[in-house]
Amino acid sequence: MIEKQAVVIGSGPAGLAASIEAAKRGVEVLVVDENSLPGGQLFKQIHKFFGSADHRAGIRGFNIGQDLLEEARKNGVEIWLDSAVIGIFPGRELAVEKGEGNGNKTLQKIKAQKIVIATGASENAVSFPGWTLPGVMSAGAVQTFINVQRVLPGERFLMVGSGNVGLIVTYQLMQAGADVAAIVEAAGSIGGYAVHAAKVRRAGVPIRLNTTIKKAGGQEELEWAEICQVDSSWQPIPGTEETLEVDTIAIAAGLKPLIQLARMQGCHVEFIPELGGWVPLHDKNMETTCPGIFVVGDSAGVEEANTALEEGRLAGVAIAEAVGTISPSRAILEKEEIWKRLENLRLGPFGEHRLLAKKKIIEEGNRQWKRE
Amino acid sequence: MDRRIKKHPILGEGKQGEEVTVYFDGRPLSGKKGETVAATIIATGHRINRFTRKMGSPRGIFCGIGQCTDCVMVVNGIPNTRTCVTLVEDGMIIETQRGTKGGGAEND
Repeated sequence: MIEKQAVVIGSGPAGLAASIEAAKRGVEVLVVDENSLPGGQLFKQIHKFFGSADHRAGIRGFNIGQDLLEEARKNGVEIWLDSAVIGIFPGRELAVEKGEGNGNKTLQKIKAQKIVIATGASENAVSFPGWTLPGVMSAGAVQTFINVQRVLPGERFLMVGSGNVGLIVTYQLMQAGADVAAIVEAAGSIGGYAVHAAKVRRAGVPIRLNTTIKKAGGQEELEWAEICQVDSSWQPIPGTEETLEVDTIAIAAGLKPLIQLARMQGCHVEFIPELGGWVPLHDKNMETTCPGIFVVGDSAGVEEANTALEEGRLAGVAIAEAVGTISPSRAILEKEEIWKRLENLRLGPFGEHRLLAKKKIIEEGNRQWKRE
Repeated sequence: MDRRIKKHPILGEGKQGEEVTVYFDGRPLSGKKGETVAATIIATGHRINRFTRKMGSPRGIFCGIGQCTDCVMVVNGIPNTRTCVTLVEDGMIIETQRGTKGGGAEND
């Protein structure tokens, strides 16, 4: 059995940030990722991030990913790719199906002093007649194809959902040379940032509010989509149906945390709609109700890349403190600074509800702790 | 049909990479080292990866990150291979999957 001070599951922004901060403080860190490329979803993000200079405003997501990888390597973080954690067992033992680089896999057992779950999120589906046809896919899948694989999965698209993912992927589809017939949004207002919505509208894509997808069809692949208006209780209004000739529907209906490993281990989870659904409770250090197991980034509640980075850093510092490579007095100061930055990220109309939800998680997490 | 993106305002020219040849349902296709099996196939405009076991209805890409398993195909004789997270290799044999077992007509 291999022994490690810290094992981080997932090499997206949260996992890499946790690894870097822990490694910088003298902790021996192994990152395990089931994908063949590290970086999580950052490499799909070709748009510039906003916010403050602290949060790399104006820098494109894939550049942030590259910087993080470089920093992780520089600090001696070991990364296993093509390697899936298939279980966490009592005593913080992990079973990993490790990719050996030649297509072969071996089963490795690792005993970790600390584990960080940074597994991210998966996209929600919307089901309607015809949704299983080839050509109906998640907006994230579309983004992976156009920005990472550099192929267009269709020619003429309908986007379902006007949150930031829906708006950004629409714009990126146009940059890739595709045509977007419309964005439909069942709610009465646009879900994402006004800046992104304005860009899409200027490019000539209508955003149809109070409108949803009703059904879709085609021989063996998608050929058309029927949209309709909905009333204030989200019911379709008869007579408002309209058929659009599209060969691809992209669904941008939000994300939910990937928490299978946390659940398997018995971490206490609660349903928090503001953060995407079932979320493992955690304390201010990002430690779950299972001692020594931390959860960060989207798997600790769906937010965005910058909050994921800060949560990762927090866990990294907390782990260094717990393992004893830094003093508690240094840790207190460093964590205080990260908490301040996290609070700033959760301000404003888009952040406030997440701030409250996170406070609830921490309060509830502390209560669960006392029980155990 | 060629669905590769050759010009892009931010990413520049298309994906660079060594050319590889794969065989899709017996036909040779050219792919690029570093891309996924799903991308190689979609680049030719083909979007049906498999037909379901009971109804025989077509399925293609859905999530693109290895979570949903809708895009599985028979790759080098191994059924249920997630093509969105499997990278192409020279000489790879890729078959449309029928049911849960394999590329042939023989299915449960």
